Amino acid sequence: MDNAITLVNKKHINLWPAVLGGGALIILGLVLGGVINQYIQTVLMFIGINIILSASLNIVNGYMGEFSCGHGGFMLVGAYTSSILSVLFFTKSPWLGAPLLPPSSAVFLFPLVIIGGGIVAAFAGLLVAIPSFKTRDDYLAIITIAANFIFVSLVNNLEFIGGSRGFMGMKTTIYAMEDVADLPFTLIWTMVFSTLSVFLIRRLMRSTFGKGISSIRHDEISAEIMGVNTNNMKIVAFMVSSGLAGIAGGLFAHVLGFINPSSFNIMKSTECLVMVYLGGMGSLSGSVLSAVVFTFLLEVMRPLQILKWVIIPLMLILLMQFRPEGLMGNRELTDIFPKLKPYFKRRDL
Amino acid sequence: MFSTLLQNLFNALQWGSFYSMIALGYCLVYGVLRLINFAHGDIFMMACYFAFFIASWFLGNLAGMPGPIIFGLTMILTMVATSGLGLFIERVAYRPLRKKGAHRLYVVITALMLGFILENGNLAVLGASSRRFPDMFGKIVFQFAGVSLTNYKIIVIVTAVLAFALLNLIVNSTKIGMAMRAVSYDKFAIPLMGIPLNRIITFTFILGSSLAAVAGILFGMSYPVLDPYMGMIIGWKAFIAAVVGGIGDIKGAFLGGFILGFIEIIVVAFFPSSYKDLIAFVILLVILSVKPTGFFGVAKSTKI
Amino acid sequence: MRKALLAVVAAALLLMPTVLFANGQSDEKVIKIGFNIPLTGDSPKVGEGTKFAAEIIKEQINGEGGLEVGGEKYMLDFIYVDNELKAESAVSAAYKLIEQDQVLAIVGPDTSSRAIPAGQVANDNRTPLISPWSTNPNTTLDRPFVFRACFLDPFQAPVAVKFADSEFGVEKAAIMYNLEDDYSKTLAGLFKDSWEAINGPGSVVAFESYGQKDQDFSVQLTKIAASDAELLYLPSFYNKVAMIVPQAKDLGWDKPVMGSDSWGSADLVKLSEGAVKGYYFTTHYAAAGAKGATKEFIDTYNAKYGYVPDDVGALSFDAVNIVLQAIQDAGLTGDLKADRVAIKDAMTAITSYPGITGNMTFTPEGDPIKDAVVVKVNDAGEFEFVANLQP
Repeated sequence: MDNAITLVNKKHINLWPAVLGGGALIILGLVLGGVINQYIQTVLMFIGINIILSASLNIVNGYMGEFSCGHGGFMLVGAYTSSILSVLFFTKSPWLGAPLLPPSSAVFLFPLVIIGGGIVAAFAGLLVAIPSFKTRDDYLAIITIAANFIFVSLVNNLEFIGGSRGFMGMKTTIYAMEDVADLPFTLIWTMVFSTLSVFLIRRLMRSTFGKGISSIRHDEISAEIMGVNTNNMKIVAFMVSSGLAGIAGGLFAHVLGFINPSSFNIMKSTECLVMVYLGGMGSLSGSVLSAVVFTFLLEVMRPLQILKWVIIPLMLILLMQFRPEGLMGNRELTDIFPKLKPYFKRRDL
Repeated sequence: MFSTLLQNLFNALQWGSFYSMIALGYCLVYGVLRLINFAHGDIFMMACYFAFFIASWFLGNLAGMPGPIIFGLTMILTMVATSGLGLFIERVAYRPLRKKGAHRLYVVITALMLGFILENGNLAVLGASSRRFPDMFGKIVFQFAGVSLTNYKIIVIVTAVLAFALLNLIVNSTKIGMAMRAVSYDKFAIPLMGIPLNRIITFTFILGSSLAAVAGILFGMSYPVLDPYMGMIIGWKAFIAAVVGGIGDIKGAFLGGFILGFIEIIVVAFFPSSYKDLIAFVILLVILSVKPTGFFGVAKSTKI
Repeated sequence: MRKALLAVVAAALLLMPTVLFANGQSDEKVIKIGFNIPLTGDSPKVGEGTKFAAEIIKEQINGEGGLEVGGEKYMLDFIYVDNELKAESAVSAAYKLIEQDQVLAIVGPDTSSRAIPAGQVANDNRTPLISPWSTNPNTTLDRPFVFRACFLDPFQAPVAVKFADSEFGVEKAAIMYNLEDDYSKTLAGLFKDSWEAINGPGSVVAFESYGQKDQDFSVQLTKIAASDAELLYLPSFYNKVAMIVPQAKDLGWDKPVMGSDSWGSADLVKLSEGAVKGYYFTTHYAAAGAKGATKEFIDTYNAKYGYVPDDVGALSFDAVNIVLQAIQDAGLTGDLKADRVAIKDAMTAITSYPGITGNMTFTPEGDPIKDAVVVKVNDAGEFEFVANLQP
């Protein structure tokens, strides 16, 4: 089906890769030119990570219409898995001693480490996906919260990865990469992964799977009667969502160089929730926009100290009063600016 | 061994009482509005602070009054203050959203944000120091058969049961209670029957906040160190308790609180305490997998 | 609506670089020091202690016309950044201080979970950082630019064991710690090891934990009270101690309790309503009966903010003064990068420093060697000096 549309609309060039890729190249140029300092780079990286988080949570909370509030837990799984892999393969690890692979190979293999974290997190998502066959709504919300608590508590008890003392050593991998070529690798990979995630989600939601996922939100029973295998849809939705959260976690771990379980507690999940609903349920552009706005606000308001956490929620509450459907509602950019439409494939963003 | 078990039984009853009282507040609002009022944990926190200020004022200005009278006065005033806060939040934040027909999850996010404001606003206004809740009447420790009980522990358990009995009476045997049940049954038909929807919602918030106030005072007496973030996790867990019991049914919420309290305490009593959250939440997951609508929840039929 | 939204988005995009790039361009005669401290989150009191202590120094020195470096007077400019007690926030705060605010040196983060990642940032960017209160060895390990003003966990625990052994002469101990707090957990583990090294395996009869947000400790304490432990070691933050100790007493615990430096707050006695009286803890200095500069600091702080400073306040006072001392030693050239390295070299060169929390000498890792102090909470609720100890 997808291909058919592409064939029909061949003269419409798909601008998204160009826009996002171009944006990334500009940022890279600015970084290498020394215009963007490390602080702004860090903020950009957190923005990228938050884009992945909010867009991926939007699959479950927006498109599928469930209320998952344990996204931080999957992030934790991904963060720890990829950190362990990274330390095991590329640095002197506390368990095996010598690195399994030459550290310089991290330049090529680093994305695999991050994706490995994502895969394990995707399977952790099954913990929530399988109960969701029978459970819905707020009961499912509880299962996600419980999953979050379980992951945090589990890592707190795993002494070999430091427990609550946290886990470190991932920076060494980054240094090994920078030794090979002096590039801001974490920034590059964060941008690459966040762009890819947005793409993946967009493709997924436009595929038959995506339609199936949306049908669950509209009417699960009718969907089932129409022949949609809702259980499959739920598994796909939860696994993609938690897998991407795991990727975000892996990046987060490598940006920080130190992780501990309490970084991924229910507070982190709450932040993800806020970003999804701020952007609008079921709007991918909304999720991206809100991740940018939210991260940016958190940084800019820093000088306000304590008042920051009073003013930001207040702003969000006011926003909800004026736009009770989030920044974008369930619309996409092209719905708001129809003139953009020719630049995108039909029925696109 | 037996005395330890008995001791833990009382520990669990006390701790479960707090979960129960807070869970009832979640349950009432949820039953009527289908709204997870995530600010409820922080309303509870504010209730602790209200009680702290009111009790301190009474103890300062009415010195010499017997403890139970001060306790009673504090309880009444705290309930009034907390209900005021609950109503204010309802009026300013939830009702306009309801009128605009916003998706219920946006109201939930608003509730989360209100929670942040209450926590950090409190921190900004009152400063970083924790507060010590005053003693209204002396703590007495009873010892028998190797079990230590305080008078506070007994008051907490008794009050929780009384509060539930009273609430049960209101919901099941009064006219307004019937209206509440009716609203939870069908929100659209009810106004057509001449039942003032907003008045029912107002009443529900008063009831829920008053319960938070009772819990707040008792909590302050039992665990007398107050800080602005104290309501957060207990609020989340009480919500979990309400759901496990079957949210929408006050019996469910009440029992759910005790179930969670017992699970937490038993896990620590028999396993290494560091596995508390891990095992407790795995048990909850299993419960919800076996009974997907909690113990008393009947899928989308009668609520409250 | 569309236009309005477009305008908002455009405004935000325009505003973004302006705000982010806004560098506080300032006069030359200013020394900028950054503070990466928790002002919100679970322990805002810690950040407050650091901030207030720094304010005292700033007011005093600026009141005298500035800090004299190489014959010229420089005014002090302290920039406080809230790290919300989050690791990621501490990292971006560190970058902000280093890149945006262009500070010469950073004080904080106070606690290890934040100090480890932020220390990494400071070390990578060649900016000296001194943590007042991070007791985890990893904070300064292999990081020439990172220092601290307090002793380490592996030092404190054996001292506590040694003292408990000689003071109480008991053999069986119970330990209760905060599972989610690396400080508390590390200390509990180390205490257990040292205790069992002296009293034989199995002499720690109860090793219980609780969560960061727990308020009820009754089961753990029931277990401890039912065991045959003769001493309870409680390496917990003071506001937890104030809840745990009365609950333990209600459950029939009447044997001694011993604590760690996180007990060191004036609020401890107030919050526990005196339940901790008669107990001992290891710490950095004793407030009661302090003399000289220590007393002067305590009095100024108390007069200004209405309470006796916590340990972290005193340690921060020392940390800031060490930085200022290093700046004076190194001199200022105006070239930020060179100055930062020079300050780091000067800090490394400080072999001994008479701080208000005791005399310290620094190891090559940037860790101070100083005596641990054992204090007793006396009947007046003051922290009374008992002993100076080395393990």
